Parts: sequence; C-alpha cells; structure tokens
Amino acid sequence: MDKLSTNQIAWRAAQDIADGAYVNLGIGFPEKVAQYQPPGREAIFHTENGILNFGESPAPGEEDWDLINAGKKAVTLKPGSAFFHHADSFAMVRGGHLDVAILGAYEVAENGDLANWSTGPKGVPAVGGAMDLVHGAKRVAVIMDHVAKDGRPKLVQRCSLPLTGVGCVTRIYTSLAVIDVEGGRFVLREKPPALSFEALQAATGAELLLSGPVADLIAPEL
Amino acid sequence: MDKRVADLAAAVAGIEDGMTVMIGGFGGAGSPIELIHALIDRFRATGSPRNLTVVNNNAGNGHVGLAALIEAGMVRKLICSFPRSADPVVFTELYLAGKIELELVPQGTLAERIRAGGAGIPAFYTPTSYGTDLAKGKPVEEFEGRPYVRERWLKADAALIKAETADPQGNLTYRAAARNFNPLMCMAAKETIVQASRILPPGGIDPETVVTPGLFVRKIVEVPHPRQEEDLNRAGAVYPLEA
Repeated sequence: MDKLSTNQIAWRAAQDIADGAYVNLGIGFPEKVAQYQPPGREAIFHTENGILNFGESPAPGEEDWDLINAGKKAVTLKPGSAFFHHADSFAMVRGGHLDVAILGAYEVAENGDLANWSTGPKGVPAVGGAMDLVHGAKRVAVIMDHVAKDGRPKLVQRCSLPLTGVGCVTRIYTSLAVIDVEGGRFVLREKPPALSFEALQAATGAELLLSGPVADLIAPEL
Repeated sequence: MDKRVADLAAAVAGIEDGMTVMIGGFGGAGSPIELIHALIDRFRATGSPRNLTVVNNNAGNGHVGLAALIEAGMVRKLICSFPRSADPVVFTELYLAGKIELELVPQGTLAERIRAGGAGIPAFYTPTSYGTDLAKGKPVEEFEGRPYVRERWLKADAALIKAETADPQGNLTYRAAARNFNPLMCMAAKETIVQASRILPPGGIDPETVVTPGLFVRKIVEVPHPRQEEDLNRAGAVYPLEA
C-alpha cells in the first residue's frame, strides 16, 4: 500500500495554497508545508505571536530570540514583513483575514469537529492558539496520518477526545487520502491508485462518500 | 513629566501581596526578566510579595524569569494559554501537586480579554472555544446564525513590561516579536512598570513610531543589556544568577 510519508502529506497540502495566500501553519508537523510551496507561488505566513511574512530558520548561532514563531523556534524575516501585537494577531485569525490554517489533529469527525489540543484529563492542560485558529480562516485544513500509531482511525463519526472546535474542518490531507467535509459527511477526493476503496474505508472510522471523481493521490519522492 | 525611577527595586516597590500582575512576553521574547528578578529579590529579602496571580502566555521555562518567580513560591494562580515549554518542570511539579492554580485561556481570548480590560469593555463575544470544555458555564449567544461565547475583561494591579526604547513620558517602542502581549498589558494594569533597553530624551522617539503611548505607563527603568531567557536556559542558569 503506497502510504504517503509525512513530507509527502505536507507536499500535497502545499499544492492547494494559492500564490499570495495568507497562511497560518500549526506548530510541529504543519510547519513542514512551508517547504513545499510550488515554484512561482509564494504564500505569506502568519505566526500568532506577531509576525507576517517570516521565513526559514537562521543558521545555528545566528538566532535572534526576539524573532521566534509560535513554536518558539527562531525564524528570519522576508522583505515586506510586519510585526504586530497579540490582539491584532488574533483579529487576523478570528476576523476572517487568513486564507488558510493548516493544523495537526488527534481526531477529525465527519461533521468537521476537530480534537487536537488534549488527550484527556492527565497532566498539564495547554491550549495555546489552537481554539482560535479553527475559527475565521477561510479554509481550515488538517494534515495527519490516516490512522493512529495503534491503528485506530483518526477519522471518526464523533470525536472521543476533548474538542478544539465544532464543525470547523473543511479538508483533511492524510497518508492515504484527501477528504473534504461537506454537509456533515466525509467526501473522498483522492486516494493512492493502488489502494482499494474498500481498504481505505476499512481504515476510516466513518463512511466515505463518493461524490464526483476520485483522483489519484500521488506525491513525488521527498 | 518624568516617569523614570532610580533602579529596578524602586520600579517594583509597589507590588503587594495578593495582587494580580500581568507579565509581558511570549516564551522568552519580550519577557521582562530583570523586573521579575527584582521582584524575586524583594521577596527573598522581605517575604513579600506573595500569593500573586500572574497573567502570562506561558508558565515559565527552566529556572529563570517567570519560572523562578513560581519556584520561589510567590505565585498562587496562573492565568495563561500554554503552560508548557522546553523545560516546564517548575510549574508542572507544583500543578500536579495541587500547589498552584491554573486558569487556562485560549491565546486569542487571553489577548482580547486583556485588551478589553484596558479599553473599558467588560465583556465581548468570540467564536473561540464554543462547544469545548473551555466554554463550560459561559453564556452563548447567536449572531448572524453562528454561536459565540461571552468572555470577560481581564485587568491587573500591575504589569511588568519589556520595551526597546522609552522616553521620559513613557512612550514605548518594542523590538521585533518581543512586542506580543506587552502593549495590551500596558493598557490593562493600574500600575504599568516598564524596563526599556534605552531611555531617550524627550523627542527621541518619532511620534509616528510610538507603539504604546506614554499615558498607559507609570514607571520606567533603563536596563541597557537585558538578558534573554533562551540564552540563560541554554547556559543552564538558575536564579539567583552568578555574577
């Protein structure tokens, strides 16, 4: 079964980002999406802690610790960047000014509910900007493995973990599929050609709808 | 008008037991480390202030700055969005032992609650947290067919702020992403206390570039070469720092 690697999932998500789009990438895995922008397209990346149009990490030893992203990693600036305070930053988020937010997830439900901030009552709870980021962006996309490490589906009928947001996810890029959330259902858009629909459905915790053509999900070696 | 004070000790002299103190910064960026350490020095010398409620995005990292304030036993309650860091051991141990209270607030809601506090707006509605555990018990209202959660303003007795430049009137600029919560907290506290890397003479800051107007600021102290939390942690520093 040709399962996409994490780099390939990030690559696939990057193909849907238009030139000039304003984009927020969640901490961790979603940050990889920035590496795979198609040639000729340049998105403008937003970080919650107050930078628009930041670039790659600096070389080790070149860090400026006043210039960090939401994951507290050092970044650099691109020409035409801007600084702003936290209230303006989240006005950009909730106010509908971002084109796309790409987040990781523990679970996504067929009604678009997202669980990505808490695995339960143990330990120290931490939410950061997750609950804000799921509101306001024109598209809220999730990138994740299709199933959890123990094989349980991450695409489910209803989330079992604490919710980050209700009915907020519009598209999911996984290691096995590209799926849209439409009318409270998962609609299959792409799958690897060698993977049967039945096998994909078996790895998915809610019904996959076929509505229109299903394209081949093929990513380059990365 | 001159809001400069003699030293760090004078800057934090008005913070009393039981106060709510906002502390600027996002992780180490914009964290007023020297003001925090001055407050710890006072506590070590006098036993006060204690039982503080602290508002910050995080819960400290390592054993300097906010983490050291918590480690000293001065903080009763923390209001924050993300009490995790590379080395959150101080807060984590106290929290799991039930020795410190946590109010977890989504980051954008935290920012807006502080902004509202400074702007005289007692409550507002936000889509953030609707339908989640963090909205439990909060009023919900529909606007244009969508549900929103009512959140309340957040105000403080004092704010500890890190700025890049200040003038004697208290006008401030910040450096890069060290701005973050600092301008909001300046507005929401009764006594806003600022450490600035440089204090310029009146007229030294172009009015077009002022980020925080001096009206929001009570005290300024110059700290010419502020330490960065990240550098201190990479060096394994523990407060009190060795000279």
